Amino acid sequence: MELKGKTWKFGSDVDTDAIIPARYLNTSDPAELAKHCMEDADPGFPAKVEAGDIIVADKNFGCGSSREHAPIAIKAAGVSCVIAKTFARIFYRNAFNIGLPIFESPQAAESISEGDQISVDMETGRIVNHTKDQEYQATPIPSFMQDIISAGGLINYVAKRVKADV
Amino acid sequence: MAMTITEKILAAHAGREFVEPGELINVKVDVALGNDITAPVAIREFDRLDVETVWDKNRVIFVPDHFVPNKDIQSAEQAKMLREFARKHALTNFFEVGKMGIEHCLLPEQGLVVPGDLVIGADSHTCTYGALGAFSTGVGSTDLAAAMALGETWLKVPESLKFIYTGELPPWVSGKDLILHTIGMIGVDGALYQAMEFCGPAIENLSMDSRFSMANMAVEAGAKNGIIAPDSTTWEYVQGRAKRGYHFESSDPGAKYAQVYDIDVSSLSPQVALPHLPENVKPVEEVANTTIDQAVIGSCTNGRMSDLREAAAILKNRTVNSNVRLLVIPGTQDIYRQAIKEGLVETFIAAGAAFSTPTCGPCLGGHMGILAAGERAVATTNRNFVGRMGHPESEVYLANPAVAAASAILGRIAHPREVE
Repeated sequence: MELKGKTWKFGSDVDTDAIIPARYLNTSDPAELAKHCMEDADPGFPAKVEAGDIIVADKNFGCGSSREHAPIAIKAAGVSCVIAKTFARIFYRNAFNIGLPIFESPQAAESISEGDQISVDMETGRIVNHTKDQEYQATPIPSFMQDIISAGGLINYVAKRVKADV
Repeated sequence: MAMTITEKILAAHAGREFVEPGELINVKVDVALGNDITAPVAIREFDRLDVETVWDKNRVIFVPDHFVPNKDIQSAEQAKMLREFARKHALTNFFEVGKMGIEHCLLPEQGLVVPGDLVIGADSHTCTYGALGAFSTGVGSTDLAAAMALGETWLKVPESLKFIYTGELPPWVSGKDLILHTIGMIGVDGALYQAMEFCGPAIENLSMDSRFSMANMAVEAGAKNGIIAPDSTTWEYVQGRAKRGYHFESSDPGAKYAQVYDIDVSSLSPQVALPHLPENVKPVEEVANTTIDQAVIGSCTNGRMSDLREAAAILKNRTVNSNVRLLVIPGTQDIYRQAIKEGLVETFIAAGAAFSTPTCGPCLGGHMGILAAGERAVATTNRNFVGRMGHPESEVYLANPAVAAASAILGRIAHPREVE
């Protein structure tokens, strides 16, 4: 499957408080969370992001809290995937668990400019920048995590195991 | 084959003789923890699974601590979800307001996590229990839901970094300063996907409370876990508390580390992390002219008994600066009662501080001490991200309790010796 969209760029160490501030965590409704997605990094983001857009960031994206509300807010805002140099550990795990595709590619993170039209091959991690006519490769996703994705997220993966035990 | 303490605990919980960094393993968990922000999402996911109940009603632990006592209707609804789930599944460890505490202060205090454990919690500061010689790490709500059902989770075995602390700690320098200094040295992604192992003579001389502060903030360097090999200090702490059997692990002499850092602590000053990242660390002397509007002493990092004692020693017979609000928040009900017994609460109130029931409130900008635009706080908490304690244009400076208390008196960031 291919994801295609225009990019929004962010810097290093975008933390989970910037992605979804704790003042909105008295709810876990994805639609409510989406209204404040990336608000403390870019107050205008929730209004200007469009379905299918792609976030591109520098290193350590999603550092800080374990709040799953962070990838949930990004997904619910319509963002199709996130590309970064590196991701914080818990965010990385959470993104897979809820079905938000993420890709680690230092080359893509450096070369892509805001507004570039890019496409990402989910299976191979190949990223094509149509605006700049460049290609980049993301770190391959471990096969174990691909199993979680193909099961439709961790809960479906676990549900299968629960059934198998019966 | 030689293994680190982290690898040994992981191997033991995977039913393996040996594990090495990079391996994906399935492990049994001893405790799965959730709070009033993360557990509602976990409960919803859990209910999608076709299971009767949780894997072990004694080991799924819920602590509503972030927005309690509830700050509004929505947060009351979230806490209610935990309460109802706890009743339905007869959880023995659900901690209601009046009997609760900040989760990472509460669980060790109540002997619910013990050395050698493998703990996952839907809160990033779950890494705190590494101070007891447990492997503990933060995960998200969906991971918690799966663990609540199975009593298992998957983990990638992390590489380990070894931090050897030598020398004697100067006055007013504590575990908080060691970890701030370390994060300042390696950066907020300096231990990304890795284990931080703290050791050396300075750690062996460190109190349990200071060890908790250090392990607590391992996640601020991106680490999966922070860990300290248990010793006689751990034994004294665990004795009489542990609700289960425990075992002490330690790293083998030939264990492999991705990197080893030697840190001499003998000339360290109290450390302060400037906005807006925990890695922006400077000695307190370099920021001593910074005026403040609020000081907060508490949180899962520094809301323990020795933190309150240290702050009270400085505030005794002094008053909080007229330009400053000082909030003091004990980590648990037991700490609250002990603080009353020792007269510390009287000291805080006489100095002009607000003393609160346990809550995470101000640390994450939840409630009780939200900052307005342009305001500045010094806090013993763990994060100073943009908007962390309130308005995106407010600022948080991280420091130890003695620095926070001295700053509250002088109205600016101060070295504790300035008020001695």
